[in-house]
Amino acid sequence: MQFDLATQSLREINAALHHSDREEGEEYVIAHPKGTHSVAVGLTDPIDVTIDGHVGYYCAGMNKNASIHIAGNAGPGLAENMMSGRVVVDGNASQYAGASGHGGLLVIKGNTSSRCGISMKGINIVVGGSIGHFGAFMAQSGRLVVCGDCGGNLGDSIYEAHIYIRGEIDSLGSDCIEKEMIPDHQRELEVLLQNAGLHYSTAEFRRYGSARTLYNFHIDNADAI
Amino acid sequence: MPFEMKRQNFDPRPLRPSSTFPDHVLAEIHRAADQGVYEIRGFGAKRSIPTFDDLLFLGASMSRYPLEGYRERCDTSVVIGNRFAKRPLELKIPITIAGMSFGALGANAKESIGLAATEMGTSTTTGDGGMTDEERLSSKTLIYQVLPSRYGLNPDDVRRADALEVVVGQGAKPGGGGMLLGQKITERVAGMRDLPVGIDQRSACRHPDWTGPDDLEIKVQELREITDWKIPILIKIGATRVQFDVALAIKAGADAIVLDGMQGGTAATQDVFIEHVGIPTLPAVRQAVDALVELDMHRKVQLIVSGGIRSGADVAKALALGADAVSIGSAAMVALGCNRPVYLEDYEKLGTLPGCCHHCHTGRCPVGITTQDPDLEARLRPEQGSRWLRNYLSTMVLELQTLARACGKSHVQNLEPEDMVALTVEAAAMAKVPLAGTSWIPGA
Repeated sequence: MQFDLATQSLREINAALHHSDREEGEEYVIAHPKGTHSVAVGLTDPIDVTIDGHVGYYCAGMNKNASIHIAGNAGPGLAENMMSGRVVVDGNASQYAGASGHGGLLVIKGNTSSRCGISMKGINIVVGGSIGHFGAFMAQSGRLVVCGDCGGNLGDSIYEAHIYIRGEIDSLGSDCIEKEMIPDHQRELEVLLQNAGLHYSTAEFRRYGSARTLYNFHIDNADAI
Repeated sequence: MPFEMKRQNFDPRPLRPSSTFPDHVLAEIHRAADQGVYEIRGFGAKRSIPTFDDLLFLGASMSRYPLEGYRERCDTSVVIGNRFAKRPLELKIPITIAGMSFGALGANAKESIGLAATEMGTSTTTGDGGMTDEERLSSKTLIYQVLPSRYGLNPDDVRRADALEVVVGQGAKPGGGGMLLGQKITERVAGMRDLPVGIDQRSACRHPDWTGPDDLEIKVQELREITDWKIPILIKIGATRVQFDVALAIKAGADAIVLDGMQGGTAATQDVFIEHVGIPTLPAVRQAVDALVELDMHRKVQLIVSGGIRSGADVAKALALGADAVSIGSAAMVALGCNRPVYLEDYEKLGTLPGCCHHCHTGRCPVGITTQDPDLEARLRPEQGSRWLRNYLSTMVLELQTLARACGKSHVQNLEPEDMVALTVEAAAMAKVPLAGTSWIPGA
């Protein structure tokens, strides 16, 4: 089915995509997005949606089950709070990509800006290019793979998320440290790269995670000395 | 020994306590020296600040006609969120229950609140931990908070909510995030928040996917699209720069605004935050109403006021200043038994007494409200708790109607600033009502 944002309203298109009686794998194309915000948000059916152009804020927000392909660039908050399914961006994405995502796979083939994977809670994010500062800030769980470079404060206040970086890192954030890459991690990374359609050797990546020093308040208890 | 001295021989100077260093300040310095970390506690501000107690109603007289206190109809219903939403909240009373998380509160407390609110025809609100099935079942009208942490946030719960509340700030800690200490992070709580068991959970203070009012406007649009424009979207702010924040919330597309004054409670945060950040509810209401009036949005975007609301008199005064409804959190907990003088030995174990307890953060609540411990939680039976809270809400409504009728109002929303005077110069200036016995409004 073909939608066209040049002639149809966003409301009309999102309402149509929200219908819960869709067949699995049913295909939809949205033409002329022209940077529109909130395109294909809140989808819950296992349908395939292709957006033919650039989108604004929050495209694919809270996505559950759907597979969404953006044939262009994406604005801030791409696939925020995504639950499951798959979101692929051919170009670049702006800040907060995959913010607080609980599951699914987000693939950004180009670069993405600051706070990629902020507060992530189980989502897998694979970035073909580089990311900006504060990537994986307060990341709780899930995996962030970056094939290019990272800005400053990577993984600040991270919990249990896994970070794999191929390029250079400006700086690590509080409590984020480099960690050993054991075979389990290499297998995990290999699967993620395969699913994202990217062909790099896992040996080129380093792994980062939490030192777990911020998990509890430090109390001196001086009177016990 | 001084106590044995005869009065004429007693020199009081050596025993004069310092106003700069009273007992509680000395104790806090000793504690800080011992532990090297700020004090974390629950409840709200304990310092003395101007409150609704500093206002009085004038009542009817020669120029005003009262309604029969026990007979004539005095309506209390309110509609929240009819600016854009297809299904606004229709509440029977203008007293809602504020957001309190499962995690901060035990399941029995949440259920008690849901049952009582449902019986009274009002709403409850989730908190920084997502929505539980028990809460959804017990509460007919449930507002789902969208918080910076986004713990447990998912599209299914978004769609089974009756309204969304985007939490920008909280009166107890505007500019700060939630906190839940490790002793309360049980397996269920940790699972809902996707965190390791037993850590000291410190929530984000900023939302992860928007950074200013222009972003927020787009965020609100996204939430409307996800919910098909059906349910109201509220924006909650802690009382700080109220006039600006209310104007920006209106611009962002809020159906209603929740304004939480500095007396608002919390399950856990730094004492320094609770006592030293934000402004009292009294001036905040007035500033919010000024902003709504200035933008011609008064009564179009509803104002729900929280922070230190304890009685029908407080509700009446908030409404008279222009609020559409109020929200209670701490007071609802007190109705459930918070600080009730029972289980005294458990208060003692916490180093406190009934009346002073603010140990929600410990998870060792003597009366079973702010705990995840099954033995403690069993002390609050939902059927008992809901009855207490229902009775308390009923009392507040009767008090509210009593005052409204005395002022000649057939609907509590018809109360107005002209019905009130202030007892202090400060309250007169903050509320912009005359000092009692004068026509003077400082600064007007």
